[in-house]
Amino acid sequence: MDGFAEPSLYTVKAVFILDNDGNRLLSKYYDPELYPSMKEQKNFEMNVFNKTHKADNEISFLEGMTIVYKSSIDLFFYVAGSAQENELMLMAVLNCLFESLSQMLRKNVEKRTLLDNMDGVFLVVDEIIDGGVILESDPQQVIEKVNYRVRDCTEEQISLCNELTKIQIDNTVKLSSKFYLKI
Amino acid sequence: MIKKFDKKDEESGSGSNPFQHLEKSAVLQEARIFNETPINPRRCLHILTKIIYLLNQGEHFGTTEATEAFFAMTRLFQSNDQTLRRMCYLTIKEMANISEDVIIVTSSLTKDMTGKEDVYRGPAIRALCRITDTTMLQAIERYMKQAIVDKVPSVSSSALVSSLHMVKMSFDVVKRWVNEAQEAASSDNIMVQYHALGLLYHLRKNDRLAVTKMLNKFTKSGLKSPFAYCMMIRIASKLLEETEGGHDSPLFDFIESCLRNKHEMVVYEAASAIVHMPNCTARELAPAVSVLQLFCSSPKAALRYAAVRTLNKVAMKHPSAVTACNLDLENLITDSNRSIATLAITTLLKTGSESSVDRLMKQISSFVSEISDEFKVVVVQAISALCQKYPRKHSVMMNFLSNMLRDDGGFEYKRAIVDCIISIIEENPESKETGLAHLCEFIEDCEHTVLATKILHLLGKEGPRTPTPSKYIRFIFNRVVLESEAVRAAAVSALAKFGAQNDDLLPSVLVLMKRCMMDSDDEVRDRATFYMNVLQQKQKALNAAYIFNGLSVSVPGLEKSLHQYTLEPSEKPFDMKTVPLATAPITEQKTEIAPVATSKLPEKLAPSRQDIYQEQLAAIPEFKGLGPLFKSSEPVQLTEAETEYVVRCIKHTFANHMIFQFDCTNTLNDQLLQRVLVQMEPSEAYEVLNYVPAPSLPYSQPSSCYSLVRLPEDDPTAVSCTFSCTMKYLVRDCDPNTGEPDDDGYDDEYVLEDLEVTVADHIQKVLKPNFGAAWDEIGDDNEKEETFALATVRTLDEAVNNIISFLGMQPCERSDKVPENKNSHVLFLAGVFRGGHDVLVRARLALADGVTMQVTVRSTDENVVDVILASVG
Repeated sequence: MDGFAEPSLYTVKAVFILDNDGNRLLSKYYDPELYPSMKEQKNFEMNVFNKTHKADNEISFLEGMTIVYKSSIDLFFYVAGSAQENELMLMAVLNCLFESLSQMLRKNVEKRTLLDNMDGVFLVVDEIIDGGVILESDPQQVIEKVNYRVRDCTEEQISLCNELTKIQIDNTVKLSSKFYLKI
Repeated sequence: MIKKFDKKDEESGSGSNPFQHLEKSAVLQEARIFNETPINPRRCLHILTKIIYLLNQGEHFGTTEATEAFFAMTRLFQSNDQTLRRMCYLTIKEMANISEDVIIVTSSLTKDMTGKEDVYRGPAIRALCRITDTTMLQAIERYMKQAIVDKVPSVSSSALVSSLHMVKMSFDVVKRWVNEAQEAASSDNIMVQYHALGLLYHLRKNDRLAVTKMLNKFTKSGLKSPFAYCMMIRIASKLLEETEGGHDSPLFDFIESCLRNKHEMVVYEAASAIVHMPNCTARELAPAVSVLQLFCSSPKAALRYAAVRTLNKVAMKHPSAVTACNLDLENLITDSNRSIATLAITTLLKTGSESSVDRLMKQISSFVSEISDEFKVVVVQAISALCQKYPRKHSVMMNFLSNMLRDDGGFEYKRAIVDCIISIIEENPESKETGLAHLCEFIEDCEHTVLATKILHLLGKEGPRTPTPSKYIRFIFNRVVLESEAVRAAAVSALAKFGAQNDDLLPSVLVLMKRCMMDSDDEVRDRATFYMNVLQQKQKALNAAYIFNGLSVSVPGLEKSLHQYTLEPSEKPFDMKTVPLATAPITEQKTEIAPVATSKLPEKLAPSRQDIYQEQLAAIPEFKGLGPLFKSSEPVQLTEAETEYVVRCIKHTFANHMIFQFDCTNTLNDQLLQRVLVQMEPSEAYEVLNYVPAPSLPYSQPSSCYSLVRLPEDDPTAVSCTFSCTMKYLVRDCDPNTGEPDDDGYDDEYVLEDLEVTVADHIQKVLKPNFGAAWDEIGDDNEKEETFALATVRTLDEAVNNIISFLGMQPCERSDKVPENKNSHVLFLAGVFRGGHDVLVRARLALADGVTMQVTVRSTDENVVDVILASVG
């Protein structure tokens, strides 16, 4: 008999978000014995990505761990737990992570928006899992606690446009001054 | 700064990563603006994000640069921007281990955790606990206690979870917060409940009574959190396991009642707990199985997966209990999630009838290439189990396995297949030739040295006994030509076995050997030369001793003895008999095909248990000059479980002495025992020479004392003896909390159970791979035979197990397995008697009303034969 594992609140072994090439955007490992080096972590992430990105299967078992996952446009979200872990608890974490991000990013769960609001993403993950313990599982609560104001794309773009026009004006001024000098 | 990045991205397309080309040095340069006044929250925020992003990508920060950035960051506490502050907390946590003097932020964090802004309080607590050590923890203890019972759930949760993290480091401090945690457990918030329960359990888990009380209280009060319920189910099953509580216990009732919880998570946890309990009857399993059956048709993949994985486990022990789900499982074999499909099929293979096997195998072979190696191993294990159940199906299976063997796959997967084929060969003699043929084909193109050598060893063992041994020679010799050193050496050994067993092949084997003697590798050449010379003698006894049944000594032991021999120059040749014997591998139990988890750690060649004892005993001056340790027994309990003192004994046998090692544990926290020894009164002519007491035995720290006994020299047949044992010691009462003992104590004693020395303590197990050859080698000079009637034994199996455990010898040629529906059986046992005398036992058993047993014993020493027969009688 394999015996019952020591009951513990340490449910999540790792959580990571990858882009559609399998590159790490964010990852947290909560078990120091699991892949202590960065190289091992990235190998593991690549392996998981290669095995999962083709079919949207929601759950898999790799390298001795139960892994639940979900994809959205060009993003892949993963939550890993031990082989004995309750799969539905891991699912609850994954769903909470996804729902919270979805709400925070106003349903634009894609790489660009995510990276533009990376600080918010770090905070959301921090509110959901603390050192491997599930801290909160209700997306509404997470959003309230993080209280993050999403960076508005339009506002950003306007300022960007302003910047660009300013540079253009500068350039024309410079050009024209040169022009004048030549004359 | 932000804008600059955005612009770059605009050029390279919208999907690119604005953090992609970050330079650590540039970012740290930017971090200087943290010092500007007024603080620009937006820019600072972006730089902090970049730092955290870099850390997350595995960028290495030197201590100096990290410390510098950290100190600059502390200035940002002056800003009141919420997100910026939260990012500061994150930076503190991320940098806690790389920067120096992180405690500088303690006061800022303490201020935030007790401040008015609820948004800050929780995260501040978590950041603070991350940088706190035991001494500092006492300084903030008051705040932590308040936070645990705070009415804001996020504050309370944060404090509870942080306390949980601190338990590992400062158990004694956190232990004082039990009352607060208790109060928090009755909170209305579901997460607070869960965290409080977790903390309470971690603080009390060594006190079974307290855990039981806590569980009783919470099962009655009814928590709301599904997470907390899952935790309670786990605690309850752990308790049931430890107390070996019957299934009529209230704990079991609680778990069963959770099967009707409204949360799927809890229902599944309860079902899984019931399924994993040892000794569950089919009736107790039924409700759990039926909820799992419902989950099988859930639209959620995770739930289907969880259900079928658990059913798969049930099917291993109680296939009949799962039969009811066969229909639901059939629906899952085409599931788009291949993991689910694989698990469903392997479960069906265990529960289904023989007729469905072909169909299922066909189904699984259609997608076996799509599933991950982990699940392929599951499939192979299912096949292995199936072959034992339906031996007639082995040809289908063998076919399937050989196809799998040809596909690509990792080492674990290939090893599982090879193991499975080997076990089929061993179980079904008629499949031997096809199996060996498949394995021969496999080693023609096998990249795993371990597997190649394993198969070559098997070929050497089984090949010569097949009708046409000559056909394997080609495969083996190919390896000599093509492979690495280790494989070549194994191939040479295999060849030698063919030459030794088949006279007509001997000339050709000798020719091949001659070629191997010109190999470029030392080991291969040595082996070839050695075998060449042995084979040329054409003597059966030599073949048996040096080719079939190799050395049976422990390798670390041999190394040590040889080293010792070279240190002390002597005229005498090295005596092989002084080397401790290898403890025969305890017959590998079929690893439970349970969790698919294959351990990632490579198996290390650890020194055997006996080598460790040898080392420990050699360190004690009183035990010098006893010679090598011959055998160490399994521990024998001399007290009941849960008495004041727990004592177990390990018997170490030497050539003319025995050492009894008593491992004592004191379970009374108000006593310190000193000068502990176990006094022994032998019933026979055994003589107690010496006691080595344990100087001190504090509460719950095991310690060992020893007794040295001389075996009677004049009567070699006196192998068994009973000792009455009494533990004697000096008691000093002490304070349970501090462990400070009183100044004076008093002598006391404690009577232990009697200790038996039996014939098994004098015999070491030795595996003879070729029993027949060994039997002929010893010859019938000292053979004796006797017949016994075992009246109390009802089956052959029982008789075989009794004899093995009584004599403590190694069963050979798989003769410990009695084929079904047979009325007679022959058991072969091999061992070495104390003093280095080989002993072999052949027991013919016949089943009539009781079991009749004819025992034939051969040994190199006459006394040993008498001892064995006398003790069997």
